[in-house]
Amino acid sequence: MSRYGMVIDTVRCVGCMDCVVACKTENNVPEGFNRDWIAYDVQGEFPTLQMEIRSERCNHCDAPPCVYCCPTGASHVHDVGGVVLVDYDKCIGCKACVASCPYGARFINPEGYAEKCTFCIHRVEEGLDPACVSVCPTHCMHFGDLDDPNSEVSTLLASRRHHTLMPEAGTKPRIFYLT
Amino acid sequence: MQELTITRHNEMIDPLLHIWGWEIPVYLFLGGLVAGIMIISGYFVLQHRYRHTVFTTFYLPYIALALLSGGMFALFLDLEHKIYFWRLYTTFEWTSPMSWGSWILLIIYPALWVNTLIRIPEPFKGKIPLFDRLSALLHQHPVLIRNIGVLNMVLGVALGMYTGVLLSSFGARPLWNSAMLWALFLVSGLSAAAAFVHLITTDVYEREMLAKADNAFLTLELFVFGGFITGLLTSTKVHIDAVRLLLDGPYAPVFWVFVIGLGILVPLAIQLFAVNHKIRHTAIAPILVLLGGLTLRFVIVYAGQYSTWA
Repeated sequence: MSRYGMVIDTVRCVGCMDCVVACKTENNVPEGFNRDWIAYDVQGEFPTLQMEIRSERCNHCDAPPCVYCCPTGASHVHDVGGVVLVDYDKCIGCKACVASCPYGARFINPEGYAEKCTFCIHRVEEGLDPACVSVCPTHCMHFGDLDDPNSEVSTLLASRRHHTLMPEAGTKPRIFYLT
Repeated sequence: MQELTITRHNEMIDPLLHIWGWEIPVYLFLGGLVAGIMIISGYFVLQHRYRHTVFTTFYLPYIALALLSGGMFALFLDLEHKIYFWRLYTTFEWTSPMSWGSWILLIIYPALWVNTLIRIPEPFKGKIPLFDRLSALLHQHPVLIRNIGVLNMVLGVALGMYTGVLLSSFGARPLWNSAMLWALFLVSGLSAAAAFVHLITTDVYEREMLAKADNAFLTLELFVFGGFITGLLTSTKVHIDAVRLLLDGPYAPVFWVFVIGLGILVPLAIQLFAVNHKIRHTAIAPILVLLGGLTLRFVIVYAGQYSTWA
């Protein structure tokens, strides 16, 4: 069984927001909302500052608090790749999943249900990359099976230094940032 | 130095999470109040007070039913996908406190209803013959009445605990990451219920007893607050930052003045004088307790959303 994840090279990312535009277009994300976004993280003391540019989205956590807290089972782990999805017809809009996500990755669609990144599962099931990955002009984003030791994502993680977001929150994120 | 800039600006999420408005604090307050009323009502049933009193055991279950329905209506108003609310009852998600709560609330309605049958108030007698027959049946088997008292107390504790567990299960909100939150909301619910019955009862014995009980609950609430604050202050930086929202942050004025001062200390002092017969019982103390309990839910829900791991 596969376990999909994403590896993003922060050395290559220039924050062009192509991934953001691709996601909005591919998934018809409502105006004023974003399923993915760019974070500019500046650390250090002047003049020795370091900036990391990251393309961020739902981390499709291995321990997803949004799935655990959902009272109707609308938030669930999909059979294919363990992707965390929302069944819109089961969602009552209680917003528990929004409160439970330390990454702020979810929002309430104007129609009332919780929405977030799906790893473009409709594309992945057809053998394509997620829209954000497919349009990245610097090829800084990689998508694949984390359980396959020969996949591109696994070899990158084996050979490069990387980190996840807020590991201390205990959610076991599946998006890794190469540094 | 760390400066994080993000291009996202989703409604209700950015710049600070604010997904729950007045509905959830009101729901949690009414839920806690009903929990306390069920415990007090169940206790009175076990004490056989339904044979003597004219007020509490007669009307409390009806009032609880109305308050619970009000709370559930507030919860319904908060839902963003309202027409699908029935989905709560098509599944049981054991990892979800909200799912547990939904089913507990459903069980509470029949528990309160059978409680009303113990002594049907005079104006309601004869209206529904089936209820009168069931009431007569209960009195032929006193063990059933005792079981109704126990059932109401147990479900009251479960409901009171649930209102706190619901929030403390959200690991992403550091202020709510406390094992004391369920105790805080349960004790606060008991205190509010004691104040409520104190406020509306016409029975002198009940008023005196509940004023004393409320003093005990308010004192206990201060200790639970101490544990809640100490636990967070001795935890990680995000938890310290979270509790400081209450101690000296943007929620401090409301917390210290309305929750601790006017919600606990002032009514406690008034009621201590009253139960020691230095002053007469007034409505001021129980009203302050009720308003303090409501404000507590607002402060905890709002400040909790404000708190973050980032």
